Amino acid sequence: MTSSRFDVAVVGAGPGGLAAAEAAVGAGARVALVDGAGQPGGQYWRHPAGDLDAVADLHHGLKTFRAQVRAVDAATTFFGHQVWTIEKVAAGFVVRAVVAGTEVEIAATSLVLAPGAYDRQLPFPGWDLPGVYTAGGAQALLKGNQVLAGRRVVVGGTGPFLLPVASGLAARGAKVAGVFEANSPLGWVRRLPAVLPVAGKLTEGAGYTAALARHRVPYRSRHAIVAAHGTDRVTAVTVARLDRDWRIVAGSQQRVECDAVAVGWGFTPQLELPLAVGCATRVDVDGSVVVQVDEAQRSSVPGVYVAGEACGVGGAALATVEGAVAGRAAAAVATGRAAGAGAVPRRLVGQRNRLRAFASAMHRTHPVRDGWRDWLTDETLVCRCEEVSAGRLREATDELGATDARSAKLLSRAGMGWCQGRVCGYATSCLVAAWSGRPFEPGAAAERPVAVPIPLGLLSQHPGT
Amino acid sequence: MTESSFTFDDRRVGFTAGQTVGAALIGAGIRSWRTTRVEGRPRGVFCGIGVCFDCLITIDGVPNQRACLIAAQPGMAVRTQEGGGRDQLAV
Repeated sequence: MTSSRFDVAVVGAGPGGLAAAEAAVGAGARVALVDGAGQPGGQYWRHPAGDLDAVADLHHGLKTFRAQVRAVDAATTFFGHQVWTIEKVAAGFVVRAVVAGTEVEIAATSLVLAPGAYDRQLPFPGWDLPGVYTAGGAQALLKGNQVLAGRRVVVGGTGPFLLPVASGLAARGAKVAGVFEANSPLGWVRRLPAVLPVAGKLTEGAGYTAALARHRVPYRSRHAIVAAHGTDRVTAVTVARLDRDWRIVAGSQQRVECDAVAVGWGFTPQLELPLAVGCATRVDVDGSVVVQVDEAQRSSVPGVYVAGEACGVGGAALATVEGAVAGRAAAAVATGRAAGAGAVPRRLVGQRNRLRAFASAMHRTHPVRDGWRDWLTDETLVCRCEEVSAGRLREATDELGATDARSAKLLSRAGMGWCQGRVCGYATSCLVAAWSGRPFEPGAAAERPVAVPIPLGLLSQHPGT
Repeated sequence: MTESSFTFDDRRVGFTAGQTVGAALIGAGIRSWRTTRVEGRPRGVFCGIGVCFDCLITIDGVPNQRACLIAAQPGMAVRTQEGGGRDQLAV
């Protein structure tokens, strides 16, 4: 099924995509807005179907969200459409989405891609036990479903995202047994010039800190969840103090009883679609592969603009600014109206610069340090899908001679399962680099020609792909 | 809010409109509904947003569906998924 032709197709209806669609509509373009979810919001403004009010207290920036949703009323929306690939054609692009096993083609002259990101994970003993969630997973259960991940929850990893996750759980009645931040928040103090101009972030951070104090949630920096325990579900974790390189300080281990765990170590951008259209990438401060964009959010592929986490993890406020820039530029090239196409409004440039400086300070304050590798035992699963243990991955490098992430994958099957390395890709690349003594390859697992599961019959209709 | 229900391995699980199958199961205190293909280990939701495929489940006879993405519907027959979920095809 082919839809009518659009000037701009925006893929992703989170903060970045919504801002892009709003800007493109405002510039007079015919806009298609496509998202796999049933409603707008993305991960950031996730809410129960049709009921934002139910979780309004867990959200920030809802005024922006509501205004965006009103504005995109003038766009043609394709919710519940999971985009599996994008094709470059003579007249622009064809976005290929699946709905209940059937393909829908959306043709457009230019594109804005705002695919977002998901939690970056590090393996640790017991992380495959039911009851261990990604921080974003616990958040999605809460914000999207009003379900608590557990009654007694331990939150850990690194980065400011741990704070809203913990305070949201506490606000809805969970006992949060502790927030364990592997880095030291003192890093922020050293980077005040990047923090102070972004007043909203400071207020938000202070709000979470106050909420945690109110609920008497212990916050420990330089600590991490280093093991989860239980037979069929998690019943406790081991928490330990870390040294500067994240090695466990001997004798500091403590057992904390819990029925759920939420962990996250920053974010990994979703790059399937930008890579499918051939966008050039770079490596960001946090070690993530991201799309390279210019002042107007233009990628290396003419007609393709990228906004939000895919061009550098930086949060919803930055995504909103980037989306506004991208939507405006994409509309200008598609409609041929040159007015202002070359110049990005100075107000947006200033906001983007400040928010990017903040993001950079965040990445430098909350890096992943090498010591986590020592938390693993030979039995610890690295690849959850194919059940590949650290011991088997090590065999691939030490005995079978793999010297890069790709050959380690072929020899061990790490990253070959259902998730296609989305979860273990980062850790596998880190481990293979360390064990083989070769450089870390951040993008080793990023390319996935089929972005979402599709029926084989559908693939067979595309002999050229 | 309206409360409806589906069955999970013949047990009744309630949900509110718009909840996913995975969220409804967790809300009912159920943490796992799949066994892994190699070691037969229990799995449930991990990423919660459709990325990790840990929460695969059999719904109305169709295996390998992501419980964290599928909206619960009244009367669904939801079952634990063993291994790849297609044991009937084994040779």
